[in-house]
Amino acid sequence: MKGIINMTRRDFLKTGALLGGGLVLGFSLTPQESSGEATAQAAATFAPNAFIRIAPDDSVTIIINKAEMGQGVYTALPMLIAEELSIDWKKVLIEAAPVAPEYNHTEWKYIQGTGGSSSIRSSWVQFRKAGASARIMLVAAAAELWHVDPAACRVKRGFVIHDSSHRRLSFGKLADKAALLTPPKDVELKQPEYFTVIGKPMRRVDARDKTTGTAVFGLDIKSPGMLTAVVARPPVFGGRVKSFNPEKARAVEGVKAVVQIDSGIAVVADHFWTAKTARDALEIVWDESGLSLPDTEALRKQYDGLAAAQGAAARRDGDAAQAFAQAARQISAEYEVPYLAHAPMETLNCFVDLHSDRCDIWTGTQFQTVDRDAAARVSGLAHEQVKIHTTYLGGGFGRRANPLSDFVTEAVNVAKAVQQPVKTVWTREDDIKGGYYRPMWRDRISAGLDAEGKLTSWQHTIVGQSIVAGTSFEPMMVKNGIDSTSVEGADDIPYAIANILVSLHTTKIGVPVQWWRSVGHSHTAFVVETFIDEAAHAVGKDPYEFRRGLLAKQPRHKAVLDLVAQKSRWGEQLKAGRKQGMAVHKSFNSYVAQTAEVSVSKEGAVRVHKVVCAVDCGRVVNPDIVKAQMESGIVFGLSAALFGAITFKNGRVEQNNFYDYPILRMKDMPEVEVHIIKSDEPPTGVGEPGVPPIAPAVANAVFAATGARLRQLPMTADAVLKAIKTAQK
Amino acid sequence: MISLEVNGNKYDVEVNPDVPLLWVIREHLGLTATKYGCGAAQCGACMVHIDGKAEKSCQVLVKDAQGKKITTLEGIPQDHPVIKAWLSGNVPQCGYCQPGQVMTAIALLNEKSRPSDDDIDDSMSGTLCRCGTYHRIRRAIHKASAMMAEGGKHDRTRTEGEKPKKKKTRRKRSKKTKAKGGKQ
Repeated sequence: MKGIINMTRRDFLKTGALLGGGLVLGFSLTPQESSGEATAQAAATFAPNAFIRIAPDDSVTIIINKAEMGQGVYTALPMLIAEELSIDWKKVLIEAAPVAPEYNHTEWKYIQGTGGSSSIRSSWVQFRKAGASARIMLVAAAAELWHVDPAACRVKRGFVIHDSSHRRLSFGKLADKAALLTPPKDVELKQPEYFTVIGKPMRRVDARDKTTGTAVFGLDIKSPGMLTAVVARPPVFGGRVKSFNPEKARAVEGVKAVVQIDSGIAVVADHFWTAKTARDALEIVWDESGLSLPDTEALRKQYDGLAAAQGAAARRDGDAAQAFAQAARQISAEYEVPYLAHAPMETLNCFVDLHSDRCDIWTGTQFQTVDRDAAARVSGLAHEQVKIHTTYLGGGFGRRANPLSDFVTEAVNVAKAVQQPVKTVWTREDDIKGGYYRPMWRDRISAGLDAEGKLTSWQHTIVGQSIVAGTSFEPMMVKNGIDSTSVEGADDIPYAIANILVSLHTTKIGVPVQWWRSVGHSHTAFVVETFIDEAAHAVGKDPYEFRRGLLAKQPRHKAVLDLVAQKSRWGEQLKAGRKQGMAVHKSFNSYVAQTAEVSVSKEGAVRVHKVVCAVDCGRVVNPDIVKAQMESGIVFGLSAALFGAITFKNGRVEQNNFYDYPILRMKDMPEVEVHIIKSDEPPTGVGEPGVPPIAPAVANAVFAATGARLRQLPMTADAVLKAIKTAQK
Repeated sequence: MISLEVNGNKYDVEVNPDVPLLWVIREHLGLTATKYGCGAAQCGACMVHIDGKAEKSCQVLVKDAQGKKITTLEGIPQDHPVIKAWLSGNVPQCGYCQPGQVMTAIALLNEKSRPSDDDIDDSMSGTLCRCGTYHRIRRAIHKASAMMAEGGKHDRTRTEGEKPKKKKTRRKRSKKTKAKGGKQ
């Protein structure tokens, strides 16, 4: 017993500097704190660019403009700087970048954000240059001091060293002198053969904080006087408050305010549970007039009707219809995938401290600039008066990159209404029912094969919503009526087929949709890679050999396919009852092939025993993170393939929580083996490309095991039994 | 007034007795390692030890936790073999579920020092990880089990740049950990 601590109101905010395994992750948790620190350090701090600050105490702060949501950017991006600057890891601090133009995404230009598996690719040159330029300036400062040739100096673990005179000075001691120098205009980067950091499986810098529970997520932010809001949102998308009775909510002890905002009714209270209990006690009459309430069964019929006719052409090679008519063998099929929720483990939340002249926001976001601008709009403040403090994200998967900044806008609206610092928190049910799903898709696909079993025609019609329609991304991403994310992975199939037609019907449905880990590929890979398997079987060919024969001009696809076939011992005898399926897919410029070893029980339950994965993501920065991301993508994709579906009845989402929107559990976890292709190509994405191939690999394995073709996800036991019955007819 | 004993500290908290323990731990005691994930006993992010057993704190009313010994991740020594095994296996990704995973794993190892894969499936299947770190968790549990059995011989959990600790100290620490991590 260490004595009694009276816990009435305490300031828990001073968790600012978090000790982490010899590496400090620094978050400025209050505006006062951060500005104070900046002033104190400004005098002697060497800040050669927006990404590095070296203080006289030798600490090196690396400012990261990407959100750490599990994908490992807080480890991999500092590795790029460390490669050029040779820093002492013990003295590195990681800081989340504020919103500023210098932190904009190098490819997206106008916004700061994290997505599209692009962090390493887009920072690959930028971060190494930042490190190199700091090194050149530190060396120049030392050389000037010592009156020696800079070329005779080198850097090692936080020191500039002049070997012939046995002199050395730490970066911190050189900081004030280096700060006076002009950054070099251009810098030469290390040749890959001299890399000592890039390519090493460095341990994650955030592992200790995350294992010991000291990592601060948005939900963990606490501030003196902070209130918590829980919002009652309409039961149908587009619904509005007709009337409400706040009395029962107000009667709950601890409730401070019940306010109507754009998105519903917010209950603001001293604590989460108070707010939630009171929210649930609200009596609200919702106005659903004029809404066309989505219904999954009706959508299926509507989409099926659309799929019967050709849509807007996304790709047209030759004359696919004619080639189909002339084909010796014709096959066609319909596919469907459902709406999916991202369901990150940390539910959405956003803390807003709003004043007449400033607004500070703490949240786990993938979209800092978009959120800042939205907050400025709502609060009536100028952009520069709004500050976004990015915390750790308890998963993002795309949900925390909302083009409309839904969860930030709402939280600012709540703060505006109550004029107090307030954190808006979503319950799991709020999250599952809250929309911005991966769209439901329906596909009709047909193929023609000649007498030798060669594919001569490929016609693919896609039906579904555009995820960028109505957002500021629409002008950029929709060309000639085609949202590129609706057809990605379908309009660029790698297989050599002379006649291809890929077309799209974009529907307008009152369900908010958004990017979901691997975006369009999450749907197209399932259709394309399952149907190519159908084509192989239609002409009695081995699916591996069949694919290989069509990939002669696609060496990188072929290489991952060959590697996965070899490592998974494709075609060899497996344990009784088990069969393999495979898939290969390129997304975010990375190539991934996977095989799944599967058995199906008499009850129709699909059990995935083993997944072998081969990936070519160009040059590897951190092989352990690449492996982890493949493992992660496989599990994420398996959850969707086996269980995931958001369905609608009378406009209402039918799912609530993990009991009816299940995700993979430990007992469902297959053995996973990841093999990385060695490559000198520039690095490409790893956060998402592990997702797309797993659903088709499993579906193809189920076919091999049962003869039943699964063309609709998820692969529930009922669906599998039904497919087996159909196959037996 | 509710009296709680958490991590060896006594707390008197002014709170509605029907609030789930999770929210009192997080918001009144400020111990935020314990996470909210579902509020419905589905995900295990809120796992704590109550009298040595793993319990989902979103399902325990604070009034029912009185008079019991509650341990959160903050009460687990940083050099606990499970934490060491987690670090050496580079387990966390987004990290949000990991406190619940670690607490569940420690409770499992306290019950069964050499768990089989089936034991791990049984004990860990209530604790969800959306990032899919399951097979690293499984590996880390086996490793922690071996470390606990052999008194720290398998310690390879140094962070880059840290000086190796003297073996003697390590062994002593492990013992202490084991004793503290045991049934209370």
